[in-house]
Amino acid sequence: MNLSLISLEIGVALLGVLVLLAGLWTPPHRRSALGFCTALGLTVLLALLVKQGMAIETLTDSSGGFVRDGLAVFFKALFLLAGILVTLLTMGFANRLRTGGAEVYALNCFALCGMLFAASANSFVMLFVAIELITITFYVLTSLQSHRLRSLEAGIKYLILGAAASAVMVFGIALIYGSAHTLQFNLIADGLAAGHMKQLLLFQLGALLLLAGLAFKIAAVPFQIWAPDVYQGAPAPVTAFLAIGSKAAGFVLLLRVLYTAFQVQPDGPRLLEPTAMFSVMAAATIIFGSLCALRQRNLKRLLGYASIASAGYVLLGIVALNERGAAAVLVYLAGYLFAVIAAFTVISILTPEDEDEDLSILANLHKRSPLMALTLTLAVASLAGIPPLAGFLGKFLLLRAVIEPAATFPWLVAVALLGVVASLYYYFGIIREIFWGTGQWWTEKAPETAAIKLADSQVVVLVVCVLGMLAVGLYPQPILEIANAAVQGLGL
Amino acid sequence: MSPLTYIFGWPILMALVLMAVPRENRSVFRWGAILATLGSLVLALFVFAKFEPINDLTSINHGYAFVQTAEWIPSLGISFHVGVDGVSMLLVLMAALVAFAAACCAGGIKAREKEFSILLLLMTGGILGAFMALDIFLMYFLHELALIPTFIMIGVWGRGENREFAAYKTTLYLSLGALLALVGLIMIYLHYETFNLPEIIHRVQSTQPDLMTTGQQGLIFALLMFGLGILVGLWPFHTWAPLAYGAAPTATAMMHAGVIKKFGLFMIIRVALPILPDGAQQWLPVLAWLCLGNLLYCGLVAMRQRDLNGLIGNSSVAHMGFVFLGIASMTLIGLTGAVMVMVAHGLLAALAFALSGHLHQQARTLDMDKLGGLLTVMPFWGTLLLMALLAGCGLPGFANFAGEITVFFGAWKTMPLITGIAAWAALVIGAVYMLRAARQLLHGPRADDAPHTEDIPGWHKLPFIILLGALLLFGFAPKLLTNKIETARESLEHVVEMYKRK
Repeated sequence: MNLSLISLEIGVALLGVLVLLAGLWTPPHRRSALGFCTALGLTVLLALLVKQGMAIETLTDSSGGFVRDGLAVFFKALFLLAGILVTLLTMGFANRLRTGGAEVYALNCFALCGMLFAASANSFVMLFVAIELITITFYVLTSLQSHRLRSLEAGIKYLILGAAASAVMVFGIALIYGSAHTLQFNLIADGLAAGHMKQLLLFQLGALLLLAGLAFKIAAVPFQIWAPDVYQGAPAPVTAFLAIGSKAAGFVLLLRVLYTAFQVQPDGPRLLEPTAMFSVMAAATIIFGSLCALRQRNLKRLLGYASIASAGYVLLGIVALNERGAAAVLVYLAGYLFAVIAAFTVISILTPEDEDEDLSILANLHKRSPLMALTLTLAVASLAGIPPLAGFLGKFLLLRAVIEPAATFPWLVAVALLGVVASLYYYFGIIREIFWGTGQWWTEKAPETAAIKLADSQVVVLVVCVLGMLAVGLYPQPILEIANAAVQGLGL
Repeated sequence: MSPLTYIFGWPILMALVLMAVPRENRSVFRWGAILATLGSLVLALFVFAKFEPINDLTSINHGYAFVQTAEWIPSLGISFHVGVDGVSMLLVLMAALVAFAAACCAGGIKAREKEFSILLLLMTGGILGAFMALDIFLMYFLHELALIPTFIMIGVWGRGENREFAAYKTTLYLSLGALLALVGLIMIYLHYETFNLPEIIHRVQSTQPDLMTTGQQGLIFALLMFGLGILVGLWPFHTWAPLAYGAAPTATAMMHAGVIKKFGLFMIIRVALPILPDGAQQWLPVLAWLCLGNLLYCGLVAMRQRDLNGLIGNSSVAHMGFVFLGIASMTLIGLTGAVMVMVAHGLLAALAFALSGHLHQQARTLDMDKLGGLLTVMPFWGTLLLMALLAGCGLPGFANFAGEITVFFGAWKTMPLITGIAAWAALVIGAVYMLRAARQLLHGPRADDAPHTEDIPGWHKLPFIILLGALLLFGFAPKLLTNKIETARESLEHVVEMYKRK
């Protein structure tokens, strides 16, 4: 195995181990320096990736299970950026975790390492290992606030459901191996193309089970049930990482499995009826997420349901089964990264310790911290898909991808539109609370008015997120070019 | 750089600058907004005076002046592309006039001036740009900038118990309308593979027209007509509009009723009619009947209002019926009239909401039963209100009359029945509610418990004078309007011909 190919992953894993070790000798009051070092290390790795990654050429290791192409580099950059921002966000939150302090940064690194492997996975072994690395780390991260019952509950729920999903996925992989006699994506594709797949029915069953496992990762209906509970219970920085990192990892694997391994194409061999399956799934996901979020008052739970709806929109790009759709998925996720991390940063700062993230904590935010008010407003506007923010471009591209073969699914477009209108209701509920909310109107308690002092790391995260949303929304040409180049390798 | 870029760039730039100013400097925000809109107004007048269409048929900029293009998102066929022809320039001028007046009338805002000024400027810049954009994506993009400001402005500075409901209802209606239109626009884009409006129209109107199939056109036209119709308040999707105007602060109501509402109509004339002639043929007869809903139904609703803002709001929705009638007539005269009504109504609606805003600020109520005899206490305000109400009934001498009569001339040729009903509705119903309001508010005895009210002081008269002056100017010299529209005659004629070619 060519080690230089996975130097980035090794770097991130080493960073995690180093931080864990350094934590042993760091006095408690200096722990935030660990977060700073982690963020610095990840930034250096990101810079190295960008420096060498722009010359996109497809590199594969000898067994073909690990590939480093445009798509992989795109997602690796996305994950690293998310990792840096989440680490900075964790620095301001670490004192609420009541655990050592070093392990949260280390665990972030390990989860990130799993995501980086997921971006490059080109065989089912790599896929499974990457997913397990991500998921198992998140079991721990979710229940890291061990003094809060809700955090523990979320961890247990995630563990049980996640383990079940992994079991289903392993079974699917076993069936695929049984019929295809290989686990490498390209070899499976060759086998399918040559038509000498012996037990096609068995293969299809395996593929179905595998897709169920991936749908669990992206929280698509009917595998969404864990998302609201885990989003609500996990510490806010973990939720942020889960919302973007884990979801994006699910999508990159979905893209690779569908296009590289199964070679699904609108006019290709009929395997699993992907168009029908994914359009129904997308519609159900949008409807479920939007309807559940409508009456939600807990911010993290609201964003959890909203993230289910978002997964539905992203699936629109997969329904299209073309290059434009895949590129739209990439652009949407890039914009989603900034919006979600911005939203969870504000939530993590605002939530009082040992209290729920009720909408009323946002009252008077416009006065208490104009920067946070602006950031959260832009973040939810971006999630709702309003110009000039990144979310609008993403939704525009996804709609375009799904309208293109319009004759086939006008109903899907209608569902998407209704979902967007519903999403405006709940997202604008957040804006309402920021600008003229009255706090806890059911009690006599007047809303907080004291100005909020932000730590430097938090300001950096907020500013980066605002600039990112505006940059992708106002000048999307670079990201479009990168995304278009990245999906070339998918074989569409 | 084209002066057009500055017209819509100023307000947005000023909004960004104001963000950096500490919120304690209250007067800075007020004057910043006035200054920025004044800059846009001066430039718009300059463009109005200098405008000369380039009637070079070979040029892709055919008919558009002050064109500026820049690359924006080449990989999607989207560019920064602005320019004006006779039609859009009038709307830009009207929008700049109203924006300046609205900024001047924002004095009633006594809390959180910083946010208000920034939101007002963002909204202004966006809509000014939307009228001059020649790229469909840019047009849509800039128009949507008003969505969040509208929501926050109604919610924070709005009036009445109902403002929260109004804020949500407005936002949801506006975004649903915009999304339906977006789907239609994407379908146009997928066929032509560009958002460049002059290029698309060029391809449609060439000797071998590059048209979509009739079925596609019908679908897209319906999406655009109903989607944009929701934005304009087409009956029966109009219920958000009076509610929003009633609850919105003065400046927002002026901008929305006067300017932003015209965007839907503008886009129908600009995009839907030229690109989708077959679709227009299928749907314009429907639009003709729906416009009667605006004129009759909303007129009757206006008659029942006891609240001045409700009356103005409903009558402003009713007046949109004239524009729809002019569009549905699909004659050169009818379209000209539609544009004239758009300009006249923009000025009138802004004036009316500015006046009602002043009354609300003074009396804290707009209930017509509680007020009366205001002409004696507020002579200047009363005179202006009387003139605004008379302009609303279509009295000759005001720009509204010139526009409405032109619409009727145009529509009579193609659909005498609907025109007859419409004229009756406009003249009778309009006169009934407008004159009743004048009697109730301005004349008669003052109630003993009538709230104390004061007339508009000193320089605060300026925005009112500007709006009324423009109404009278365009009313007595409608040639100022028609001359400019005349320059776009060729493209309008093309549109009408394409429509009639079968």
